[in-house]
Amino acid sequence: MKARIHITLKAGVLDPQGKAIEHALTGLGFAGVSDVRQGKYLEIDLKETDPVRAKTQLDDMCKKLLANTVIENYSIEVAP
Amino acid sequence: MKSAVIVFPGTNREQDAATALEAASGEKTIMVWHRDTEIPAVDLIVVPGGFSYGDYLRAGAMAAHSPILKTVVERARKGTPVLGICNGFQILTETGLLPGVLMRNAGLKFVCRNVHMKVETAQSLFTAGYEAGQVISVPVAHNDGNYFADETTLDRLEGNGQVAFRYVAPSGACEPESNPNGSARAIAGVFNETKTVLGLMPHPENAIDPLHGGIDGRPLFTGLVEALS
Repeated sequence: MKARIHITLKAGVLDPQGKAIEHALTGLGFAGVSDVRQGKYLEIDLKETDPVRAKTQLDDMCKKLLANTVIENYSIEVAP
Repeated sequence: MKSAVIVFPGTNREQDAATALEAASGEKTIMVWHRDTEIPAVDLIVVPGGFSYGDYLRAGAMAAHSPILKTVVERARKGTPVLGICNGFQILTETGLLPGVLMRNAGLKFVCRNVHMKVETAQSLFTAGYEAGQVISVPVAHNDGNYFADETTLDRLEGNGQVAFRYVAPSGACEPESNPNGSARAIAGVFNETKTVLGLMPHPENAIDPLHGGIDGRPLFTGLVEALS
């Protein structure tokens, strides 16, 4: 089973990297760009075949290591 | 005072920490490799600066889950004083021993220079060698030193006297230009609730000899030796 995890900064947490990317995009001539927020994307292969159990396992991974829940949110997708 | 310094792949200030500890205590520091699970009986554990595990995922995140950190957390919970400097501070916040998180510097640049910081309290093992309100000069060298916690946590830290050091101007005034990394409320170092764990971004171990350009870091170590011997 394949899992995809997106980790993003929580609303209200300043994102200086996102701001720098936004400035660069505007500098390249892309008009109307605002609120750029950068994050992380992970792909994980799991032996688990049950999507519910896989999600529970992935949720635990995010809480323990992959995300820092003080500043980050995460979302999990699983596909066979 | 017997002390142990934890070493990870990518740690680079372990010898600086050991030198500062040995100069203050006259006792040999024990180096503990990250794959070890035991720490000998010591009065102080130091998690030094560097780039453990290459700062992969988040600064300090991998080291926080290494086997040796389990032992550090257990010892800390039983009352052994723990000092985390720079990457050590990042690691201790990732374990949950200290509140908050160290984010990417607000200016997006690695900052490597001397800063001034104010000692907020002398009522701790770590700051007993200073006077409250004293302004000291110490170097910083980091990419992720931007201290963040939610407003409720920050208020609680201030209320409990858990803010150890704050970035200030040489005059002691808290000015935006004196904050090198965008830290919330210019916080440079925090204690846990019992003030037995301290994390700070600046490097007091690199200000212990006139050849370093200053000796303002020395009282942190001599104060610890006095309190713990």
